[in-house]
Amino acid sequence: MKNPADIWKGFKDSRLFWPLAALGIVLLFNLIFTKDFFVMEIKDGHLYGVIIDIINRGAPLMLLSIGMTLVIATKGIDISVGSVIAISGAVAASLIGGKLEYVDGVQKLVTLVPMPIAILAALFVATVLGAWNGLLVARVGIQPIVATLILLVAGRGIAQLITQGQIITIYYNPFKFIGGGYLLGFPFTMFIVAVVFAATIYLVRKTALGLFIESIGINPVASRFAGINVSKYIFSVYAFSGLCAGIAGLIVCSNVSSADGNNAGLFIELDAILAVALGGNSLDGGKFSLVGSLLGALVIQSITTTIYATGVPPEITLVVKALVVILICLLQSANFRAVVFAKWGQNRGIAHESTIAK
Amino acid sequence: MTGGSGFTFLEYPIHHDFSPEGKVPVMSSILTAKGICKYFPGVKALQNVDFELQAGEIHCLMGENGAGKSTLIKVLTGVEVSDAGEVCLERKKIAPSSPQQAQQLGISTVYQEVNLCLNLSVAENIFIGREPRKYCGIDWKEINRRSRVLLANMNLDIDVTQPLGRYSVAIQQMVAIARALDISAKVLILDEPTSSLDATEVNKLFEVMQKLKQQGLGIIFVTHFIEQVYAVSDRITILRNGELVGVYDTAALPRVQLIAKMMGKAFDGFEASIKKTAAGSEAEEHAGFLAVRGLGCRGSISPFDLEVNNGEVLGIVGLLGSGRTELARIIFGIDRADSGEVLIKGQKVKLVCPADAIRHGLAYCPENRKTEGIIDTLSVRENIILALQAKRGWGKYIPRKKQEEIANKYVNLLRIKTAGLEQLVGNLSGGNQQKVILARWLITMPSLLILDEPTRGIDVGTKAEIQKLIRALAAEGMAVIFISSELDESIRCCDRMAVLRDRSKIAELSGQEIEEQVIMQTIAGV
Ligand SMILES: Nc1ncnc2c1ncn2[C@@H]1O[C@H](COP(=O)(O)OP(=O)(O)OP(=O)(O)O)[C@@H](O)[C@H]1O
Ligand SMILES: [Mg+2]
Repeated sequence: MKNPADIWKGFKDSRLFWPLAALGIVLLFNLIFTKDFFVMEIKDGHLYGVIIDIINRGAPLMLLSIGMTLVIATKGIDISVGSVIAISGAVAASLIGGKLEYVDGVQKLVTLVPMPIAILAALFVATVLGAWNGLLVARVGIQPIVATLILLVAGRGIAQLITQGQIITIYYNPFKFIGGGYLLGFPFTMFIVAVVFAATIYLVRKTALGLFIESIGINPVASRFAGINVSKYIFSVYAFSGLCAGIAGLIVCSNVSSADGNNAGLFIELDAILAVALGGNSLDGGKFSLVGSLLGALVIQSITTTIYATGVPPEITLVVKALVVILICLLQSANFRAVVFAKWGQNRGIAHESTIAK
Repeated sequence: MTGGSGFTFLEYPIHHDFSPEGKVPVMSSILTAKGICKYFPGVKALQNVDFELQAGEIHCLMGENGAGKSTLIKVLTGVEVSDAGEVCLERKKIAPSSPQQAQQLGISTVYQEVNLCLNLSVAENIFIGREPRKYCGIDWKEINRRSRVLLANMNLDIDVTQPLGRYSVAIQQMVAIARALDISAKVLILDEPTSSLDATEVNKLFEVMQKLKQQGLGIIFVTHFIEQVYAVSDRITILRNGELVGVYDTAALPRVQLIAKMMGKAFDGFEASIKKTAAGSEAEEHAGFLAVRGLGCRGSISPFDLEVNNGEVLGIVGLLGSGRTELARIIFGIDRADSGEVLIKGQKVKLVCPADAIRHGLAYCPENRKTEGIIDTLSVRENIILALQAKRGWGKYIPRKKQEEIANKYVNLLRIKTAGLEQLVGNLSGGNQQKVILARWLITMPSLLILDEPTRGIDVGTKAEIQKLIRALAAEGMAVIFISSELDESIRCCDRMAVLRDRSKIAELSGQEIEEQVIMQTIAGV
């Protein structure tokens, strides 16, 4: 029935077209300018390569963008996720402890509390912090950006408090598996992201949660009138965003084997919001695409990696990144495309006017 | 790009010359449209439509829901760009690319959905974009003073410094009209301005319209109230399915024919009473469903008692601002009551949010479909199943097939005109959006259905269908609370009526008392 032109048009109008195009452009750039970018090799049964590295390093951002997508879909925003990352890492690290013991010249693995408990505690704290945001937004009625600003500011202080002002270094090797381990040849972080992503997709698309969240984001008053318990769902998405940040915090902490209250996840909330936006989601709430946000996160991570790989001087990396992001945002804007591609448009417009003038 | 050049921005719009007093305005076409086509994906909204408006006439644009009236207006005023055709104002081709431009060209418009800023004050809304200035700032005193005068002209005495959102849809509609009237223009367009107004306000509006007509303005007027068409208009243009049916002199077109031309088939008319046949026959074994004792909320509605029985339609009547909507809202748990109790089937219940009320078998179809009803960027299907899904909870997701089945059934039953179930509700015509909300509540199979202006903006034919449907539901045992500012409709549908005045319930009418004279007198308190 459908001819290729229709399929192409359908694809071009779909929400995922521009996020995919953005990713494509970044990868294409690398194909031409970065050597060995697409090379993958197997060492010690593990997969290595720049692509794998991007996915691995992008894991925290991907997790954040999943939670952030749902928050933004309700017309909210959560700028506290970076601080939650720091707190989650601080909790895990302080529970595992920074003790290094040697017995007969061999490192002995010691923890203050068993690792699973430390992990659960960190996730629990992160979820509670998210719930706190949810409470402020849904029950107290504070504007989301202000409500989460509180934790953004206070969070790093709390993290310091937990670690008693010190950077705790973790020597307990099993913990390093979370951020740096490999399973079946792939980075373990990939599995974490996959599981969280699949569970979220299932929850929002196979139950009515997605419908309710979108409905609330578009028109909260009408949603309430239709019998949706608006504040309950708003509360829940913030708590979930906290949980996602908690998991991301564990990965970050495990990756660097330390909990640094000041620098862990610094400014990552901005990347997370950007990922959601690049994924074609409207910051005004409503319809959302988790796949889009994931692509957005990958685009950002690829840009970062590319910048390092092409040897851009470190002092201007941020500027270059900003320029690329602006370029992608402009490309995604229908208005901008209409103006820039006005070459044909102009010709057509003149023709159009002259016919009217007759 | 095109029409933009050539006009000058007028800070104070200049009254254009019209014929000297006493002289009958010369008939000349002021606004013409030729061969207008407008296509949306899957919909031919307008096909080769011609339209002509003369100076000094009131011209009705008629058609069923989704016939293309609002689309034509949007094309005329630069909201939508037509796919073909041209528009001329005073014989000069115009192509306004925005409503602002249209306004500067001399076309002043009230759109179907009130598009004012709810968080700005009433006065600000009236003068936004054309604020009178003093020295180097905006002259707020003058804005407020002139706003008060303008509204007083329409018999409206409200605090103009309050945010517009505080007021009901009807008042918002009046403010939108006041704004449009104040912009001295050559053409005034009113798209269903009277849909939530009472008779008094409508009459006031008509007076103003007649005055403007005498001054030589051309007025386009859209309404679904046939009586209003005959009360004010000189000519009628009828659209059907996006095509032009014809242009007629109002005086020469009998009502039945007008309706028949709109529908494309004969219309049986409203039966005088649809309730006798439906009810009456069965014995009065209706049990009470809901009883309200001393329910009230300070500043919103004073404590009232009310009983609604299964199988009956209870009307709530009263003037604009008499507390009809407030009464519904407090029962449905939207506003918190500060006194009184609610009993359902004799059991005391606490309804503190709509979700509670829905669980107890209530449903409320709100008055303001844009802000309280539709979720505009969700599809027709999602909008229809929303309340049912909310009632079932998030876990028990209605399977997609089933959703489509339900939605399809109601799209057909209520004759919702849409390109498909996945069409965004925001893209439907006003009347069809209203039907979607109605469908949303009907599928929850409530025991008590509260309808606040359910036929607002719905065309004549469908209105009759909906009224019949309401009676049929009552006959099956549903309790219905029916709120309408249209007295005829209430009289036709209701078994009993509660009368409100100044935010308190003052009387109940039933049986023979449900008759225009009696109701009017009760409302007026004489
Ligand atoms: N933006 C849009 N996208 C898609 N379809 C649209 C859009 N706007 C209008 N339509 C369709 O065009 C048709 C005409 O709509 P229009 O709003 O002009 O009807 P109307 O005559 O004003 O009806 P009503 O009496 O209900 O207000 C409808 O079928 C509607 O669904
Ligand atoms: Mg309309």
